[in-house]
Amino acid sequence: MGGTEAIILTIITASTPLLLAAIGELVTERSGVLNLGVEGMMVMGAVCGFGAAYTTGSPYLGILAGIAGGMFMAFMFAVMTQTLATNQVATGLALTLLGLGLSGLIGESFVGLPGAKLEQISIPFLSTIPFIGPILFGQDILVYISIALVFATTYVLFKTRVGLIIRSVGDNHNSAHALGYNVIAVRYACILFGGACSGLSGAYLSLAYTPQWIENMTAGRGWIALALVVFSTWLPKRLAIGAYLFGAVWIMGLYVQAQGFGIPSQFLSSLPYLVTIIALVIISGNKTLTRVNTPACIGQTFVPDR
Amino acid sequence: MKLVLDKRSEHSELMTLMSPVLAIVLTVITGAIIFAVQGLNPFSALFVYFVEPLTSLWSIEEVLVKAAPLILIGAGLSVCYMANVWNIGAEGQLTMGALAGSFVPIVFSSWQSPLTLVVMLIMGALGGAAFAAIPAFLKNRFNANEILTSLMLVYIAQLILDWVVRGPWRDPKGFNFPQSISFEGWQLMPTLGEGRVHIGIILAVIAVVILTILMSRTLKGFEILVIGNAPRAGRFAGFSRKKIVWFTLLLSGGLAGLAGIGEVAGPSGQLQTAISPGYGFTAIIVAFLGRLNPIGVLFAGVMLAITYIGGEAAQIDLGVSDKTAQVFQGVLLFFILACDTLILYRIKLLASKIKPQQHVAAE
Amino acid sequence: MGKNISIRGGTAASADYLLEARGITKMYGDLAANNDVTLKIAPGEIHALLGENGAGKSTLVKIIYGSIQPTDGELYWLGEKVHIANPAAARNLGVGMVFQHFSLFEALNVAENIALALPKDIDIEDLSEKISEVSQEYGLPLEPTALVADLSVGERQRIEIVRCLLQEPRLLIMDEPTAVLTPQEADQLFLTLERLASEGCAVLYISHRLDEVKRLCHDATILRMGKVVGHVDPQQETAASLARLMVGADVHAINANREYNPGETLLKLNALCQDADGPFGVSLLDINLDVKAGEVVAIAGVAGNGQSELFDAISGERVSSSTSTIRIDGRDSGLDNITTRRKNGAGFVPEERLGHGAVPGLSLSENIVLTRHSDDDGLSKSGFLDRESAVAINERITRDYDVRKGKPDPEARSLSGGNLQKFVVGRELDRKPKVLVINQPTWGVDAGAAALIRQAMIDLALSGSAVLVISQDLDEIFEIADRIAVISRGQLSDAYASNELSLEKIGLLMAGEHEKKTTVQDEKVSA
Repeated sequence: MGGTEAIILTIITASTPLLLAAIGELVTERSGVLNLGVEGMMVMGAVCGFGAAYTTGSPYLGILAGIAGGMFMAFMFAVMTQTLATNQVATGLALTLLGLGLSGLIGESFVGLPGAKLEQISIPFLSTIPFIGPILFGQDILVYISIALVFATTYVLFKTRVGLIIRSVGDNHNSAHALGYNVIAVRYACILFGGACSGLSGAYLSLAYTPQWIENMTAGRGWIALALVVFSTWLPKRLAIGAYLFGAVWIMGLYVQAQGFGIPSQFLSSLPYLVTIIALVIISGNKTLTRVNTPACIGQTFVPDR
Repeated sequence: MKLVLDKRSEHSELMTLMSPVLAIVLTVITGAIIFAVQGLNPFSALFVYFVEPLTSLWSIEEVLVKAAPLILIGAGLSVCYMANVWNIGAEGQLTMGALAGSFVPIVFSSWQSPLTLVVMLIMGALGGAAFAAIPAFLKNRFNANEILTSLMLVYIAQLILDWVVRGPWRDPKGFNFPQSISFEGWQLMPTLGEGRVHIGIILAVIAVVILTILMSRTLKGFEILVIGNAPRAGRFAGFSRKKIVWFTLLLSGGLAGLAGIGEVAGPSGQLQTAISPGYGFTAIIVAFLGRLNPIGVLFAGVMLAITYIGGEAAQIDLGVSDKTAQVFQGVLLFFILACDTLILYRIKLLASKIKPQQHVAAE
Repeated sequence: MGKNISIRGGTAASADYLLEARGITKMYGDLAANNDVTLKIAPGEIHALLGENGAGKSTLVKIIYGSIQPTDGELYWLGEKVHIANPAAARNLGVGMVFQHFSLFEALNVAENIALALPKDIDIEDLSEKISEVSQEYGLPLEPTALVADLSVGERQRIEIVRCLLQEPRLLIMDEPTAVLTPQEADQLFLTLERLASEGCAVLYISHRLDEVKRLCHDATILRMGKVVGHVDPQQETAASLARLMVGADVHAINANREYNPGETLLKLNALCQDADGPFGVSLLDINLDVKAGEVVAIAGVAGNGQSELFDAISGERVSSSTSTIRIDGRDSGLDNITTRRKNGAGFVPEERLGHGAVPGLSLSENIVLTRHSDDDGLSKSGFLDRESAVAINERITRDYDVRKGKPDPEARSLSGGNLQKFVVGRELDRKPKVLVINQPTWGVDAGAAALIRQAMIDLALSGSAVLVISQDLDEIFEIADRIAVISRGQLSDAYASNELSLEKIGLLMAGEHEKKTTVQDEKVSA
């Protein structure tokens, strides 16, 4: 395995959790809901995924448990913001604080245990092609799922009626309601989808990225995923590009650190967060890029009249 | 059955007062259930958690030590959130305040004068404010979301602190531990009495008084209220949203910085890699539990401080995980937000009599 | 008129009627938005639903369209009892609705907007063809791939109508459709509606413009305070008799008879230009206007042609690029902010009451501070607020302008539209401004409040101030204005004396007759 190949493989590994969480949040935001609790849903996905995989020995059950953990948190968010009409920003923060606490409590007995690692699925023959084989055809299932999700969400959002309804609810919930669409039900579904994706992303961290449970192991990735959604201007394909660029920056930092050029490690570790800020500044300052795709109702509470 | 919301024509005064109480009651009930699930007697566990911290002088003092930073930060955040400016990076501003304030005792370690502490406190506040100026600038200039930028800066601040205490400011006689030299004399917050309570709690009360006057009596407070409630009306009134973004972020950042130097020059007595058990985040809960009202924040800060002390006590006495306190805090914030719905809405349960007839049309 | 009125309480449902609503009641708390309302519509009939703002028209229509459920009462469709659970069920029956505040999505294109109101199995590709077909057939030109955000208000209404026509409706509900149209566009709409009626489609036409109803409708049901107060043949009525039924008393006539003796110019707009604020805004192009002491000047125009941009420019919410563009009472004010312009004697009332003119969650006395914090009456002294003064001023204003409220100092959002508008207008009039600029002064306000506000504007002009009114309501404009200018796509026509301006001329101006041919906008479109 060559050096470049190894680096590309690690970049994919670093990017996948960002991509998974961000694609879910993108759909949620397209329906007009801002869920700042991605970090909390992710970390719950990680602990549930690890726990189930450790207990049963099956990483695949771990994946399912991770999804369930993320959806459980998302469901609480949906009840709060949709049924009880609470402030979405504050509720998202609450979700993150609760998720970090709850996962710590649940995961206390898992600390230091060896996990069940998710196997790579090597597609016969194709994966033996030099260089591109392992990169394209030797990944674990969640990497394939993350890629498939990018194409699937693009298709659903822009080519199907379901996607049209999601976008319409995010653009103008009063009009959607007047036409007879159940705004709250659509948003429940999108929030739950976002939760499932975040849970999946968390499970990836505790099953594939570092197959063990470490408290707060998401390390701000949920927040970076949120920034990526802004960076993508709510377009799934641009999101994928952003996630991989981001993973590349992250890995380059680690790589430079390993080479030891005398740069303090803390500086390199802060690189992903710095890059996030820079990316946000570049995109947010550009009004033409953001205006058209930004869901107009994002973050607004909707209470139907009866 | 279906739950529906009926909008009230005005906000309910009763619910404004009752909602935090209701939230605390619900959290206590949830806590009892969590303890029962863990096989503990819920009543004695709750007693250890919420009552015992108030039964001895020592633990009351500890509550005040922890309440001081929570109140300082929470009061600043409440003004910020009132203006609809979402600073969630107080933890980072606290860290930078601690760093900036430590400059004098570490670099000029022999300077001992009452002024030393004053300079430290001022530099702490300035450090926090300067760090909060970054999201303010990015929001006003580039329209960058302050939630995300302020949070990213938390990680960066912690890494800077980590570098400083392992590198340039490490105590040369500290056996390579990642910590600075210990502060002495006027480099430390004077204590009140014999215990660990220091003047930080007095600073917190002063901050609450000033912010109460600001929000209820001054035109600036009115501007904050208007911009937060209806930005368009704020522009019509001739108020500048950008100025309010600057003002609230600098204010909350400064108070967080003050809390940071208060920790370093107070209970800690030196710079370490970890100077706060997440005060900057817990203060978000304090702000909401206090109804974004500085006086409310005073009570809320004490309440949250009790959960810290109760959590430690429960860990020692009952073997309960120290994570339980964090779960309590998260649950509490959830319940506060849910109960706040009652201020603007009436909640009704409808029997679903309409449902069975859906899509009935003429045959 | 008496014998034409019969309040029908039917017994057996008749299949002669397409739709029959019987005993419809809708309660909001203790308030009956609809109280035992009965309505019958026959196929091919254009049926007017008349009533003041707040009379319950919208509530009734929402019930028929399935958006809300009645507390009591029944609906019959072709004699069969039906339950309309949601708008999709209504559309399945054959009910189409054109909303007053359109139910459109700005970020989606025309075809997508239409698809959202049609059954699930529609293919968007086929739909584009159908849209072109129908829009040609009925003379409602539309481009299926255009983004709604880029379209004018008139074009947006066409989308709503085509959306209904594609469902082949048997009952078409139109909520105040002409409020956003030029007279010529309205004529075109009437032709379309008459043609639909001749094809057997019933139309439920909601309006408070009585001349239209007389001209178009075969039958009229009149609502007042949630109750049916009359069922008449509009052809047999006069506009005055219809108005009496609607309001319940003789409409308070405005005393507009006055000498027209304009004094010196107090507000001068001088070659005012301004770029659009954002991609969906309107640019202002070379606007010139004088408003003199003692006169009321009105700016007419279809919504969305730059009225709010013009208001923001005059008020100073958006500061101009040069100081000479706006002159208030002899002072070049183009670079002044809104507070300075107020200090210089100007008062402003924006279109949106809640959220712009007043903060919904703050009390009335706090809302006084909103526009008067820098006045000389001491509301703010060296940065501190004097709340007692604010309460006292609020007492005076609510008394002088008859603002009805449940308690002494309620939150702004708890007031009805008319009362809040009286408050917002009164707050400025109480300052005795030398220049008053007011955008849509009586939009969505009941007749009593509207009369009071119009009279107050005239009285202010009589006292020697300059009043500039921006309005879409032509009746209102002719009632109060001494001179009238028209705004279209960010360009303002000359101001004409109101007794010299015909309805036809004003319609041509609203359609853009005065626009200069080579404008920035045209260049943009062709580029």
